[in-house]
This record gives sequence, C-alpha cells and structure tokens, in this order.
Amino acid sequence: MSSKEEVLILDFWGSPFCMRVKIALNEKGVGYESREENLFGGKSELLLSSNPIYQKVPVLLHNGKPLSESSIIVDYINETWPSPPLLPSCPYEKAQAKFWVDFIDKKVFEAGGNIWRSNGEALEQAKQEFIEILKQLEEVLGDSDFFGGKAFGFVDIIAIPLTSWFLAYEKFGGFKVEDHCPKFSAWIKRCLQRDTVAKAIPDSEKVYELVAQLRKMNGIE
Amino acid sequence: MAGEVVLLDFWASMFGMRVRVALAEKGVKYEYKEEDLRNKSPLLLQMNPIHKKIPVLIHNGKPICESLIIVQYIDEVWHDRAPLLPSDPYQRAQARFWADFIDKKMYDSGRKVWTTKGDEQEAGKKEFLDNLKTLEAELGDKPYFGGDRFGFADIALVGFYCWFHAYETFGNFSVEAECPKLIAWAKRCMEKESVSKSLPDQKKVYEFVAQMRKNFGVE
Repeated sequence: MSSKEEVLILDFWGSPFCMRVKIALNEKGVGYESREENLFGGKSELLLSSNPIYQKVPVLLHNGKPLSESSIIVDYINETWPSPPLLPSCPYEKAQAKFWVDFIDKKVFEAGGNIWRSNGEALEQAKQEFIEILKQLEEVLGDSDFFGGKAFGFVDIIAIPLTSWFLAYEKFGGFKVEDHCPKFSAWIKRCLQRDTVAKAIPDSEKVYELVAQLRKMNGIE
Repeated sequence: MAGEVVLLDFWASMFGMRVRVALAEKGVKYEYKEEDLRNKSPLLLQMNPIHKKIPVLIHNGKPICESLIIVQYIDEVWHDRAPLLPSDPYQRAQARFWADFIDKKMYDSGRKVWTTKGDEQEAGKKEFLDNLKTLEAELGDKPYFGGDRFGFADIALVGFYCWFHAYETFGNFSVEAECPKLIAWAKRCMEKESVSKSLPDQKKVYEFVAQMRKNFGVE
C-alpha cells in the first residue's frame, strides 16, 4: 500500500452514518480528511457528482474513487486495510454479523425517527417499538462486551453512532434507555471509552439541539 | 465445505431465486423446501424468528437469512469455483452498492404497479421504470453489471425478470420498449442454465399475481 493515500470523507457532523466511517478508519489507524457538507444550505458539486444516485453523505473518496452507503463503506475499509479485522473470518459468523448490521440498519434510526417526528399516541407507540428493538439487540449482545464478542467490531461500529441521537429521543419521548435496557446502556458506555469512537461522536446535547431544529422544520410541536 | 444444504423458499420469490442461482452457479446440491407463506412451517419460524421470511439457507443445521447475505455466504464457503463477487475491494463495493440499490428500490416500486390503480399506479409505474433506467445506465455496454462475468448484482436483479410480464400487463407498459438493453441483459442471463433452471415461467408468475390481485380486491 503506497504511503501517499488520499482518504477524504464528505461529512456531516450530526450524521451517525458518517460517524461509522470515521470510527472504522480510526480503528484501522488510517488518516483521513473530512469535508463538512451543508445539508440545509446546498450540497457541494463534489457530493452530487460522487453520489449521483442518492446525493447523500457519507461519501468516501479513496484516491479519488467514490464509495457510498455507510455499511458498504465500512466493509470496504475492512477489506482494504485488513488489520485489525472488524469481521470474523468464519463465513457463518460473518453472515451472522452482517444479519445484525442489516437489522440495525433497517430498524434503529427509523424507529428513533418515529419518536422525534411524532406527538401524543403515535409518540407512545414509537417509544414502545424503539425499546423493543433495543431489547432484541440486548439479547444478541448477551453477556459479551461487544457485539463482536470480546473484540469491538463491525456490528458495534454500525450501531454505536446511532446512540448519539438517543438523548434527543429520550427528551422528546420522556424516557431513559438505561431504565429499560441497562445492558445496552452499559455497552454504549463501554464503546465510548474507546478513543477511536469518542473522537468521532459529537456531544449528545449538540445532537439534541439539531433534532429540535429538525422538529421545528418539520412543523412538529 | 460439503454437508447438508437445505433451502426454505417460495417458488415465485425473486429473493429465493437469488439463492437458487448462487447454489446452481457453484454446483451445490441441496434440498428445496417449498413454504406456504400463509401457513409458515415451524422450521421456518424457528430458523428465522426475527423476520419469519424466506429464503433461509440451512447449512449443517445452521440458518443464514437475508438473500444477499446468503449469496455472499455461499460465495465464501464454496470459494474454489465460479466466484460471484470480484476480488478487488473497490469492485466488490460497487457490486454491493448496486445489489443494495436493487434491494431498496425494485420490489416496492414493482409492488405498487400491481397492487394499485389510477394515479397511485401511474406514480408507481414511473418510479419502477426510472429505477430500471438507472440500472440500464449502470449496465451500459457491459454484458453483465460486473463486466465480463455474471456476478452479484446480476444475481440480485435477475429474479425480477420473470415478474416483468405481470408488471407489464397490469401496468400497461413494455419494459423492452423503455429499457431494451436491460431485456437483452436478462435474455443473456437466461442463457445460463443456473438462471433458466432457477426462475419460474413468467406465465405462472402472471397467474399468481392475478390471483393475488383478486385476493387483495384490486380488480
């Protein structure tokens, strides 16, 4: 691998999907540049040309070649810089990890979105569904330190950034994740102790302000 | 590597077809078990408790769920023949991107075409054709999505081909008129035995969809 690698992330500070990419690169010890996109003001030409299909962040540009979709980007990072491995080498264990990545991708952010986008009865239901999903993930975690087992891995990387939005869900939903899912809370704290994670994840209060702003923009109060 | 391989599937499922094609490409013998989706077997519910959906691959008694994950698993276990994904990480990421696009877009937009009427159906049709045109543009002049070799993105999409006749009839349009290169690609894929033996006859699919439309009261 040449020493002059160009690794650029088209980024948005509050996006959990962008945080995944940064954590993966941090875990691999790969240096990168990140360029903040103004998602409310106007997306850059580079973003629109690098991701014409979805026009979304994150985009990873590796030596100028673009990649989109955060889980796919993390997979690419894992394969391009093999050490330390983020996925098990056994095909069955790898498939299980990918199953839970897919589950988390399909369920968590949308369920959280249903909380901050709603009021009243709909909000109560959204809360219940969200807690159910976390309980399901708690079962998967079991007594392990991480979803990867003893080692922090792919599933942890996909999941932990989503928790930066939890304070916002808790405040708008009137609940605490810790009261319902203590094991999951413990896992969050464990992940945040890793420097590779902590430096990629913004302050929850800042995210809460962002979500409050999104609520206003969506006309919810 | 060898061992017992069982596939829980439903004959008309384009997701199940992905797994059939992958197993056929690798020359893997397996037991096919047809599920009645209105009356799911205890085995299915036990093997896929989270989603309760087909396809499920059961290899030596252990289940793998989600069709694209199953196809990647098959590629890794039977890695000594007919590679389904490229070896270069960037090209693998591209293949995964397009398979993911197909997963996100094709089923829902196609479903709108046969389950709705009027304005809603017109919107569904437009969305469906826009998605096909995007895929056709990506294919370009290549024989397959990955280039010269039949692979992951082709496997992700090809099962939808046997549903085109149903979509076209109920939506009143022609895929060939709108996306001729994509039809040429589909026919190229159908020349492969792994594909032609894995896809049901499009007339059977049409009859199945017609019956579902009656059941849902769309007519």
